[in-house]
Amino acid sequence: MNKLTLFIIALLLSPVAVAATPIEQRMADYNPDGNLTFDAKRGEALWHQQRMVDGKQRDCNTCHGKDLTQAGKHVKTGKVIEPMAYSANKERFTKLKKVKKWFKRNCKWTYGRECTTQEKGDLLKYLSQY
Amino acid sequence: MMKKWIVLLMVAMIGLGINSAAFAEDESFFDWLFSLEPRNEIKPMHNELYNEECSDCHFPYQAGLLPEASWRKLFEPAALEDHFGDNAELDDETRIELLTALIADSADKSHYKRSKKIIASLGENEAPLRIIDIPYIKRKHHDIPEDLIAGNEKVKSLSYCDACHQKADEGIYDDDTVVIPGHGNWTW
Repeated sequence: MNKLTLFIIALLLSPVAVAATPIEQRMADYNPDGNLTFDAKRGEALWHQQRMVDGKQRDCNTCHGKDLTQAGKHVKTGKVIEPMAYSANKERFTKLKKVKKWFKRNCKWTYGRECTTQEKGDLLKYLSQY
Repeated sequence: MMKKWIVLLMVAMIGLGINSAAFAEDESFFDWLFSLEPRNEIKPMHNELYNEECSDCHFPYQAGLLPEASWRKLFEPAALEDHFGDNAELDDETRIELLTALIADSADKSHYKRSKKIIASLGENEAPLRIIDIPYIKRKHHDIPEDLIAGNEKVKSLSYCDACHQKADEGIYDDDTVVIPGHGNWTW
């Protein structure tokens, strides 16, 4: 193969290799040096981790619902929360600012503390495969 | 010669138009005095960031539903962290921008009728955190039977303005625009 052909092939392939989905981009945002490994199983366990507050159990499903491909409902206001599963909602995870905001709020509400970078990555990995 | 006058007149009219448009957001006394817009209700919220941020979770209550002091209390960082049991933390930049917009149109600065009534019903240093704790709002909802609100699965509480007030998002709260789910129009 001559150089030109190789170059054209490389050119054709490059967008495929570079174009990451929004959720993959967010995982990369939480792993800029590439030294963390995110795990969907760990993310799943964390998603279901329960905490008792004022006599009521809360976990992520309290508002997001059991089936993450379906819309959830805010436990208090009843406001519809669009599906979390990446397969059902490609609009999710497009803005890092929004992802950061909700991780901060919801980790504190659900677990009573902020999540670590590792945990956020694990949760994203879980949702990306759901 | 005639043409020149017409051109001048047109320029003057455009100038006036631009001026009044520029004042629409931050209205002076004279704008209010000469405006033909009805001021019977509550000023609608035009701040896009506010509507976007707040309606993630609830109806974006208009600034003119609470006095400045109430908004200041609600938008303290610690208060947002426990926002009626939910965490509604905002980054400082967003928080200040929203608070500034709220203060500008808060009930004590509003020329709108219902905002004025809200303020008139509050004591001098009263700054409730909940709109439903305002005497005027309480009085207005006083004779609606409980089973239409708390006992109504589709309403649950007076806090959900837009459950019954069909034009709540436009700041319109008159009786004619009320439809109570499962009950229908509200008539006295």
